[in-house]
Amino acid sequence: MTEAVDYKNLKVVVFQLADKEYVIPVSQVQGIEKLIYITRVPKTPDFVKGVINLRGVVTPIIDLKNRFGLGESSLGESTRIIIITLDDMNVGVIVDSANDVLDIPLDAIEPQPEVVGGMESDFIAGVAKIDSRLLILLNLNLVLNPIKSGV
Amino acid sequence: MDTNPYFEMFIEESKEHLQACNEHLLELEKNPENIAIVNEVFRSAHTLKGMSATMGYEDIANLTHKMENILDEIRNGRLHVTVELLDVVFIAVDQLEEMVMDIASGGKGNLDVTDTVQKLHKIETGEEIPVAATTVESTVESNISQENWLSYDDYEMTVIEQSVEQDFSTYEISVKLREDCLLKAARVYMVFELLEKMGDVIKSSPSVEKLEGEDFDEIFYVALVTNEPSEDVQKKLMKVSEVTEVLVNSVTLEQHKKRNNIEGAKVEETPFSEKTEVIEGSQEVVAVKTTEKSPTSKSNQVQSSKTIRVNIERLDVLMNLFEELVIDRGRLQSISEELHNSELDETVERMSRITGDLQNIILNMRMVPVETVFNRFPKMVRQLARDLNKKINLEVIGAETELDRTVIDEIGDPLVHLIRNSLDHGVESPEIRLAKGKPEEGTVVLRAYHSGNHVFIEIEDDGAGINREKVLKKAIAKGIISNEVAQTLSDKQVAELILSSGFSTADVISDVSGRGVGLDVVKTTIESLGGFIDISSTEGKGSLFSIQLPLTLSIISVMLVELGEEIYAIPLSSIIETAIIRSSDILNAHNQKVIDFRGKVVPLVFLENVFDVPRESTDDEFHSVVLVRKGDKMAGLVVDSFIGQQEIVLKSLGAYLSSVFAISGATILGNGKVALIVDCNALIS
Repeated sequence: MTEAVDYKNLKVVVFQLADKEYVIPVSQVQGIEKLIYITRVPKTPDFVKGVINLRGVVTPIIDLKNRFGLGESSLGESTRIIIITLDDMNVGVIVDSANDVLDIPLDAIEPQPEVVGGMESDFIAGVAKIDSRLLILLNLNLVLNPIKSGV
Repeated sequence: MDTNPYFEMFIEESKEHLQACNEHLLELEKNPENIAIVNEVFRSAHTLKGMSATMGYEDIANLTHKMENILDEIRNGRLHVTVELLDVVFIAVDQLEEMVMDIASGGKGNLDVTDTVQKLHKIETGEEIPVAATTVESTVESNISQENWLSYDDYEMTVIEQSVEQDFSTYEISVKLREDCLLKAARVYMVFELLEKMGDVIKSSPSVEKLEGEDFDEIFYVALVTNEPSEDVQKKLMKVSEVTEVLVNSVTLEQHKKRNNIEGAKVEETPFSEKTEVIEGSQEVVAVKTTEKSPTSKSNQVQSSKTIRVNIERLDVLMNLFEELVIDRGRLQSISEELHNSELDETVERMSRITGDLQNIILNMRMVPVETVFNRFPKMVRQLARDLNKKINLEVIGAETELDRTVIDEIGDPLVHLIRNSLDHGVESPEIRLAKGKPEEGTVVLRAYHSGNHVFIEIEDDGAGINREKVLKKAIAKGIISNEVAQTLSDKQVAELILSSGFSTADVISDVSGRGVGLDVVKTTIESLGGFIDISSTEGKGSLFSIQLPLTLSIISVMLVELGEEIYAIPLSSIIETAIIRSSDILNAHNQKVIDFRGKVVPLVFLENVFDVPRESTDDEFHSVVLVRKGDKMAGLVVDSFIGQQEIVLKSLGAYLSSVFAISGATILGNGKVALIVDCNALIS
């Protein structure tokens, strides 16, 4: 796939979590999967749902809603797993739905307003207002900080 | 020049050449008179010099250059192979290895080698051979250009004779390629193509196969029968790029006979002098030099099979893809069973057979001969034996035995420990051996072989064996066992005591071993690889350390068990047996539930509690228990039910979940779901 290098726009995947719309740069997304059987891994934090068999590779899955302290995801028809690649590490995140790919102008991205509050604000890299939509850009390095448990 | 594409090639080839140097040097030590071996070492050193100079690693080039000089002196009989000389050469090779490793890990490959260079220089210009120093350079040069002087057999002589009768001339041509020439085979091909246009090539040295395999330095020789004048031949050949020098000498029968005579005569009077003479009747200058060519030199050259290097990651990807295929195969099989369509059945069955073959091939591709680990031992043993003032002969058997790459990477250190142990504590000093009526030289055998699904590696020595009294005394003194227990132990159990931590029996603590940390580390490492170590020893006769290893770490046998709705895998290597017990058999001891199992008190571990399995607790009267062990300790893992034994492919949980308590990895079951592998070692405290 040849992609024209675009310095002005950031191509992102848009997904829904509770009533908010979040975005991740397309370059970090390896794929979007439908929900498949998740094997629970004991002795891990609550937001780690377990592992899946992603075409022969065992891939950990985390519940983003839980990670943000917004309660458990209710798994349904529209639930998707977004596979994210970060420094050779593959992690899947559960989202309510993934429905769009957008180009956001880089200059539309602003630092997050300070009033957002809550645990999720720690993971926000910035916000962008496109038309009437408010898109939240996530800082994946913090969201997907490797965890060690039971040591 | 952008050398990056060649970087890996350089590292790999350097390692190979250094290994070849090591091996040949060891051989040379045993046969100091064999010039053919010196030639082999020389060739490796020379190639290394060329490569490192091209890549810009000056220190390596300098050191190899000095080494080459020494080797050349040996080759010409000016120096004799002595242990002291070899010591210095070994140091040089060690330092070369160090530099290459440094480069491989991203360093500059710089190392202070002045000391070694000086030592080499001293040997080179040593007093016994005062003439050597001034003539070294010229000798090296003339040697390189003359060492492969062609000789002809009867058939070739006849061809030459006939060509003379038909007014054709025969030329011996030496072609020199640039030292940094990267596509030597291609240049050789171009040279040969030109030659064949002009006439017939009747002989080449090295042989055509070797030339095509780039198994030569930068010079090769050919004999050409042609009717073109020699100047034309030379000019045409010089047009091939990367050819730096072409010498064309004409050959006549008289000269050849004469040369044979000269050679014969020279060997008698002084085999090492060189002489240039002008042969009458021809315009070309022929430099004649007698080089002792051992008849064994050809048989010594290792036949290399055709291989390519593949990154191990690619094999892993291949393996992953293949597993996907296996899972789909499973689905297809169940579909075809339901449909009862004979054509589908046939196809599925055929596919199963092919995937079975494919699995064998893919697994075999990851196999590496243990040679890669074994080949560093001869040198180590030599050095240690000298340090310890012992005479030891190391025999290596079955170095071609193959093991999975992952096991190979782990097995090196434990073997080093065991060999050091055998040398230090096993084999006695020469005086004691003679006094005991044994041969002065001790023998250590390093043996590898396949048996069933396992590979055995054994280290056997004919030394003192394990002294029961001494071991027991020590073990009691160190508090490893009590006095009472000591009397009840069998000889084998006593022998196994030396694998306990904090144990050391050497009277004198030496550098080699005897810190008492070695052998228990060996045991732990081998057990973590899913293997066992076994000792048998006869006092006065020697000891045998036998290591049993799984063929591969990527595919292991497990027992699948059920816990609620979840399936877990327990490695068969840690399972002793399975049992079904009654609730009433469970006893309480210090808040710990235990059972009495064959007279032994075994603590129970309820896996559903450890893994917080989500479900309502049930009170069954019977419990399924898997008895597992870690060393001498045992535990009973309580599960809901056993599913069965299966071969599975080991997978990691990924970098995100780098260490999860009591889970060592995961695998993918036939239905495509992931099952977790229980780490029994973590469950036994």
